Amino acid sequence: MYVAVKGGERAIRNAHRLLADKRRGFRDVPDITLEQIATQLALSVDRIMSEGSLYDRDLAALAMKQARGDLIEAIFLVRAWRTTAPRFGFSEPIDTSKMRIERRISATFKDLPGGQLLGPTFDYTHRLLDPTLEGADIEEPARAEVTDEDRPMPRVTDLLAHEDLIEGDGEQEAGAEVGDLTREPLSFPADRDLRLQALARGDEGFLLGLGYSTQRGYSRTHPFVGEIRIGEVEVEIEIPELGFTVSIGEIQVTECQMVTQFKGSAKAPPQFTRGYGLVFGQGERKAMAMSLVDRALRAREFGEDVVAPAQDEEFVLSHSDNVQSTGFVEHLKLPHYVDFQAELDLVRRMRREYEERSAQESKEAAE
Amino acid sequence: MNEFSAIDGKDAAPVYNFAYLDEQTKRMIRRALLKAVAIPGYQVPFASREMPMPYGWGTGGVQITASVLGPDDILKVIDQGADDTTNAVAIRGFFETTARVRTTTVTEEATVIQTRHRIPETPLGANQILVYQVPIPEPLRYLEPREVETRKMHGLAEYGLMHVKLYEDIAKHGHIATTYAYPVNVNGRYVMDPSPIPKFDNPKMDDCEALQLFGAGREKRIYAIPPHTSVVSLDFEDHPFKIQTFDEPCALCGSRGVYLDEVILDDAGGRMFVCSDTDYCERHRPEDGSAPVAGWEVDQ
Repeated sequence: MYVAVKGGERAIRNAHRLLADKRRGFRDVPDITLEQIATQLALSVDRIMSEGSLYDRDLAALAMKQARGDLIEAIFLVRAWRTTAPRFGFSEPIDTSKMRIERRISATFKDLPGGQLLGPTFDYTHRLLDPTLEGADIEEPARAEVTDEDRPMPRVTDLLAHEDLIEGDGEQEAGAEVGDLTREPLSFPADRDLRLQALARGDEGFLLGLGYSTQRGYSRTHPFVGEIRIGEVEVEIEIPELGFTVSIGEIQVTECQMVTQFKGSAKAPPQFTRGYGLVFGQGERKAMAMSLVDRALRAREFGEDVVAPAQDEEFVLSHSDNVQSTGFVEHLKLPHYVDFQAELDLVRRMRREYEERSAQESKEAAE
Repeated sequence: MNEFSAIDGKDAAPVYNFAYLDEQTKRMIRRALLKAVAIPGYQVPFASREMPMPYGWGTGGVQITASVLGPDDILKVIDQGADDTTNAVAIRGFFETTARVRTTTVTEEATVIQTRHRIPETPLGANQILVYQVPIPEPLRYLEPREVETRKMHGLAEYGLMHVKLYEDIAKHGHIATTYAYPVNVNGRYVMDPSPIPKFDNPKMDDCEALQLFGAGREKRIYAIPPHTSVVSLDFEDHPFKIQTFDEPCALCGSRGVYLDEVILDDAGGRMFVCSDTDYCERHRPEDGSAPVAGWEVDQ
């Protein structure tokens, strides 16, 4: 029985044993290794790192395996691990203009310093199922040679900034600390650093839908992809004991800068404004959706009317986290029979009143 | 170690701090608790952590329990009034593993009781803390979805909207059509959501000897009712607050004046009513075995 009045403990234990068995699957099929997951299902692993807010490919691969490929469950596992880790501090802002580029495209300029670099992309592939990937004798694709010219690739937004046609990065106050919604409860209105943090952790599907809605007239922001770049950047952190910054490693990130037209207001001249997206690993779709939503959420800052869901900070930030969403949606599986009993009692009573009333009315009609 | 082994892995040495949370986090939560006790019924924002169980499954209650629990405490966990429902078992197992505290099902024995959706039938004493799991802490949420607005309304004690809602119920149905999570006024100031307990339990909150703590993990709020605080269910002079009544006694122990669950026995409309508080029911059964035994108990 589902809600066993006795024996819940045994039932839970058995269910978990069954889960472990199902996770392993057929025993004559080799167990999948974490290396295989991390390297061959890399984009899933990247998404787990992004939305799990933890840059660790090995743990993300482990979470993916343990979650039987359920990405939100894997993200949850990573988050639950992450929350037990101490927070030492925060890094210096990463400098994406110094990125070791794997991919860099701009939709706003045909050619630009550094050029367009397609990198490993699904774009322009024909979406035809490839039978050569099936079966045991898979032909190894030839190794692709990457020509690393190491040429400078300034960010498109920096190029436009020379003419002052685009808003700047904004200056940080000296000694300012970035917000962290995992350490302080989010309150509204939220500053942009917290909004961006929430969006970076937010569910790809939710943000994709919201971003899409801004393209279809629910807060139209006329976006252009100024630039998408994917590559490795150094993370530097200031060590208080030393008094200077040291590099603690490199991370792969995807950065998207959407450029949107702005007609100007009483206070600001007409110029291009920006929506910003940044995720761990290779996650172009998420970075693009994030930058659309970031721009939409800046409505108040630019004196635009807040008319659409994507512009509504409380709506977006309160519902973008898939670990929160899935927890609360799935909690409906828990027993609710005490409340249901109360409702049952009420509906029975109202039903009785309704029938008495109908009987009364038909009696009156007959007379 | 995965999140399930909290239940199964009693032999595995835990690598976590006492009661899972680190001391820094506990201190943060205790500060929020102190503020909550100082301002009865006021929702205190706190930096809720991601717990190894899902949001919506009691993470707020678990964080409070973890923060108030000491090694000598005796813990009881109930869900829907029962000690043996799956989620109660899971949470009790979590603390057995991470805090190694004694647990009990006997209400009087427990020093900390974590609950979802019920208050035990046995009156609570001054040495006890009742920790509620709360899904939506904001009583005004379904009337006004925006936090910015509802906080303002609480600040100004502007509760007209809630009274209008209750009045509309009366105008439409002749009575207030809220049966659980029935709003209360705490200490004559804040309107508070009592969590989704049946309104049957509301009177037990008033002037209660025990400390009552409420945790909403996903919504990142803590609130409290200190001992002997007035808790009044909202009503009108001509439509006073009334609790549910049951026509028949519990089919197992014969108790009256307790909250009953309906158990469906067959597909021909056969049903029986039994105590929702399993501990109370077991200890009130006639000793001569004259009480009927439900089919689902025989199955075990």
